[in-house]
Amino acid sequence: MQGYWTLTRRELAGFFLSLRGYVMIAAIAFLIGFVFKVLIKTLGSDPSPMPVTELFYSTYLFWFILLLPAPVITMRLFALEKFSGTFETLMTTPVSDVQVVAAKFTAAVVFYLVMWFPLLACILIVKHYTNDPAAFDAGVIGTPFLGIFLLGCVFIAIGCFASALTRNQMTAAMVSLLLCVSLFMLSYLAERLPAADWKAQVFSFFGLPDQMHDFGRGVVDTRPVVLYLSLTFFFLFLTLRVLGTRRWK
Amino acid sequence: MRMNGGLMIEVENLTKRYAGHAAVADISFAVARGEIVGLLGPNGAGKSTTMRILACYLPASSGTVRVAGLDVFVDSAEVRRRIGYMPENNPLPQDMRVREYLKFRARLKGLGRKRCRERVDQVTEQFGLKEVSRTIIGQLSKGYRQRVGLADALVHEPELIILDEPTIGLDPRQIRAVRQLIKGLAANHTVLLSTHILPEAEMTCSRVLILYEGKIAADTPENLQQSMSSNSQIVAEIAAPEVELQECWSQMPEIEQFDISAMDGEYFRCALTPRDGIDLRPHIFALAREHGWYLRELTRNRHSLEDIYVRVTTPEEEEES
Repeated sequence: MQGYWTLTRRELAGFFLSLRGYVMIAAIAFLIGFVFKVLIKTLGSDPSPMPVTELFYSTYLFWFILLLPAPVITMRLFALEKFSGTFETLMTTPVSDVQVVAAKFTAAVVFYLVMWFPLLACILIVKHYTNDPAAFDAGVIGTPFLGIFLLGCVFIAIGCFASALTRNQMTAAMVSLLLCVSLFMLSYLAERLPAADWKAQVFSFFGLPDQMHDFGRGVVDTRPVVLYLSLTFFFLFLTLRVLGTRRWK
Repeated sequence: MRMNGGLMIEVENLTKRYAGHAAVADISFAVARGEIVGLLGPNGAGKSTTMRILACYLPASSGTVRVAGLDVFVDSAEVRRRIGYMPENNPLPQDMRVREYLKFRARLKGLGRKRCRERVDQVTEQFGLKEVSRTIIGQLSKGYRQRVGLADALVHEPELIILDEPTIGLDPRQIRAVRQLIKGLAANHTVLLSTHILPEAEMTCSRVLILYEGKIAADTPENLQQSMSSNSQIVAEIAAPEVELQECWSQMPEIEQFDISAMDGEYFRCALTPRDGIDLRPHIFALAREHGWYLRELTRNRHSLEDIYVRVTTPEEEEES
């Protein structure tokens, strides 16, 4: 357990004690603010029955912010250690592979959540200027964050897996972006296939946009929760297996 | 734990194959506690692979490896706790401060908070890292980085220290300092280090294993030196008329071959190869007294590690030509 905490702290320090971390936070804060600005402008000229928060989660703009950061956060986790050779010094200490994967994943998720704080600020600002208190109860604000957290876990687990595959950070980022975007697009593929097709039915389980829209409305459905958790564990398990491959060579 | 008679490392029939090619082929050796053993060999001889297997980073393809009586595959975590390992090129994170890094490593190796602080203070002192303890590792000179690597290998007081090329890329003064440090470790630790620099192995290690193409080409140079000393040369520097020397050497039945070359003043350098490993030195001294020659040097060339090294690591065709 000590190994896990020590490693998590080290990884978090790696995020927060470098310029890189703050550049990422600033970039995401800018994008979130930008999207909000666009939405409020749109609402001003073209009113919608949806509150602005819900609108935020159902636009494509939101998905840019959701899909971009995970590959960038996770790309260096294993790839950099392998590239610089510190992976060898790490793996020859008495920590287990599970501890290493868990620590890196935890640190990445914590950083990812911190990155979303500016969204909370945006919501509070909108709340300040609106006169409808019902649109802003804790549940309506909280559930989207649950969705962002759970889906973030999936994307970060995918990123961990991609980073463990290679020693090159760019390759890791591209592979994880590819996997995340493909996962996101599955539901669009499902819509284009005839509904009776078994492939359409399988793909429609991965309807990330619709599921996120539910979270955005304040609806917590157990199906996406189970799906996201199992995807997270599946990719973390794959990461663990990839770390183990050096023992088969 | 099985009884192992004070052996720190036991390697039996170790083989490691990478994609069909054997990096290490069926080697066996043992290292007793308190020894400083050098693994010597040209690049690609299997030194790093052997060390990585000992450090539990890579598994063996076949054979058994035990450290302090524990199998590196079965009791991997416990073995790793007892080993301080510094890989080749001493990889360090560039973005951490020296003290922060050592603390991180000590905690990772399972030291308690208090013990961690104590040990970090001790190794900082021991390796002269005090003045750089707040410097970012990326900004350190190579010599300091090497010391940080060594301090990391030692921070948890391991029984066995494995150092892969510890002096590579250092300047001569730093090399000397690192050697001193390693020698200083011998009292409380067993050390296994690899190098392709011969004098280094000769100076630092109490014993040398020469690896060549994944096999142990030579063990314990003392033994080898004895077996090779049978035809070792005697060099004598004598002031005498050259003709007289030539006559003398050709008449001695113990001498198989000789070579005389002029030196400064009246001195001649005589290189004499004895027959059947006879020690010629008393004979030469007797001759010098008899003829009233001045004798200023009389030495027997022991085969240096370099001779052994070259002999065991030269492909056979080349040796013949």
